[in-house]
Amino acid sequence: MASTGLRVALRQSAPIPLDARFECGPGELLALVGPSGSGKTTILRAIAGLVRPQAGEVRCNGETWMGEGAFAPPQSRHVGLVFQNYALFPHMTASGNVEAALPVALARAARAAAARELLEFVHLGGLESRRPRELSGGQQQRVALARALARDPKVLLLDEPFSAVDQVTRRRLQHELAQMRQRLRIPIVLVTHDLEEAAALADRMVVLHRGTTLQEGPPLDVLARPRDALVARLVDFRNLFHGEVVAHDAAAGTTRLRWEGCALEAAHQPAYPAGARVCWGIQPAHCVLHRRDRPSRGERENPVSGVVGEFLPFGENAAVTLWVNGRPELELRFSVPAHVATRNGLAEGVEARVSLLREGLHLMPYVPLERLQGEPGQPAPRAA
Amino acid sequence: MDTQALALSLKLAVGTALVLLPLAVLAGRALAWRRFAGKPAVEALLALPLVLPPTVLGYYLLVTFAPTSPLGQFYQSIVGTTLAFSFEGLLVASVIANIPFAVQPAQRGFESIATEVREAAWLCGMSGWRAFWRVELPLAWPGLLTALVLTFAHTLGEFGVVLMVGGNIPGETRTAAIAIYDRAQALDDRAAGVMAATLLAISFVAIAIVYWLDRARRPHG
Repeated sequence: MASTGLRVALRQSAPIPLDARFECGPGELLALVGPSGSGKTTILRAIAGLVRPQAGEVRCNGETWMGEGAFAPPQSRHVGLVFQNYALFPHMTASGNVEAALPVALARAARAAAARELLEFVHLGGLESRRPRELSGGQQQRVALARALARDPKVLLLDEPFSAVDQVTRRRLQHELAQMRQRLRIPIVLVTHDLEEAAALADRMVVLHRGTTLQEGPPLDVLARPRDALVARLVDFRNLFHGEVVAHDAAAGTTRLRWEGCALEAAHQPAYPAGARVCWGIQPAHCVLHRRDRPSRGERENPVSGVVGEFLPFGENAAVTLWVNGRPELELRFSVPAHVATRNGLAEGVEARVSLLREGLHLMPYVPLERLQGEPGQPAPRAA
Repeated sequence: MDTQALALSLKLAVGTALVLLPLAVLAGRALAWRRFAGKPAVEALLALPLVLPPTVLGYYLLVTFAPTSPLGQFYQSIVGTTLAFSFEGLLVASVIANIPFAVQPAQRGFESIATEVREAAWLCGMSGWRAFWRVELPLAWPGLLTALVLTFAHTLGEFGVVLMVGGNIPGETRTAAIAIYDRAQALDDRAAGVMAATLLAISFVAIAIVYWLDRARRPHG
């Protein structure tokens, strides 16, 4: 990746602090995720040359766009950027918008033909002469994409491209992006705050917080195994607790943990020595409710009991907060299908038991969890 | 009707608008997008003619244009005539008095262009100059046209500054507004009435164009 693809390393202390570093190979789709204000868009703008961070480098296919005192203007970078609000030229037709990005040297007829071809590529054939205000949000987004591709870009940047359209259109556009990227052999950087979108579309994902890249990897890895409690919060890990490592059993592939009087078993995670205090977390999907009528073998896996502190029907599911051992400060959040909740008589104040699945139990370095209060992704502290 | 005065007024109005247009583009664009120290002071200075009594502005311009002043001497050494009480002096005074009428609509015109749209132009590979012609100017055009029309109409009706700087020399500095005053003083109500009605009609049409443009600028207006 030294000479091909995109290499970004940016540092700056103000106005928005940045300490970001990542790479994106040809044909790869990288998602930059993080809460609002985490610097995602600033990074995208720095790649495009629209802002100049204090220090760092941006290289693409061996060319230095920024670094070693050099700073290439946006005109010479050959970057395709789809803005969040598309930023189409309102006084030009769809075709005019695309033609505006085609090489000036191209003959008029050739420009029109190239624009038509690009608009057909984004499924907008026949709408060449419409102006942006005569197009729907999804169609405008496609024009913006065609315009971004018209420059034959060396890198494609997408700034929350699906945030301004309705859900049906969003699904369709996401599907089209997934299809289209198979034909694009350039690095694609997608900025999004939607974790599901990142998981569905990206090959790799970079978690950003206050301008700093915290973790990078395949989306499912990052979502399942956050590096620390802060990343866990940012990727919406609902259940985070403190515990203590008791022992490792390499042969059985397990690590035993003590938590608030409960003995828990996790998949083998030898990085944390016996006796070490750790943070541990589990996603709601790995908390399985015990059925009252039919006990099963799985119930022996990390059984935990408590009182239902909160029960909230939520569409076809019900969000449940279990006060483990009856203690309101030990909140375990999970959800169950509404019919399962009904069959098991779940309601506030009722006792319930769940199993915490071993492979979902993820250990992280110890940090005081209270320090994460107020961080984005952190639920507001409950009133006493 | 004093057609000579009307012709002079129209010449002055067109001249003022044309001289101010490039200045309005430069100043309006800079004020819309640049951030610099003292910007509020610059904006206040440019807006000053809006609130200053025309006679005050006229007085200072007259002093500045006088053959004894450095500017007056410089002008006279080059052109051979005085700036005060000449059409050229009137034009300079009119340009200064109309700065806010040209700069403010131009500034609004450029402010209406989203930053991302300009950035998109650069990312399309357009140079600053090409982006100006292909994107900025067409989008700011309604604002610039408003600037032109407002300047034109305001110059037609200008009285105080014109009288102070130009006086009342037929064919040189007597504009339609001065002629109306002149006729009314001479109790020639008919001539004054015809001239007044003509100016009223021209001004109304000009202002109507401004409002019509403003409506046309809004897509669903």
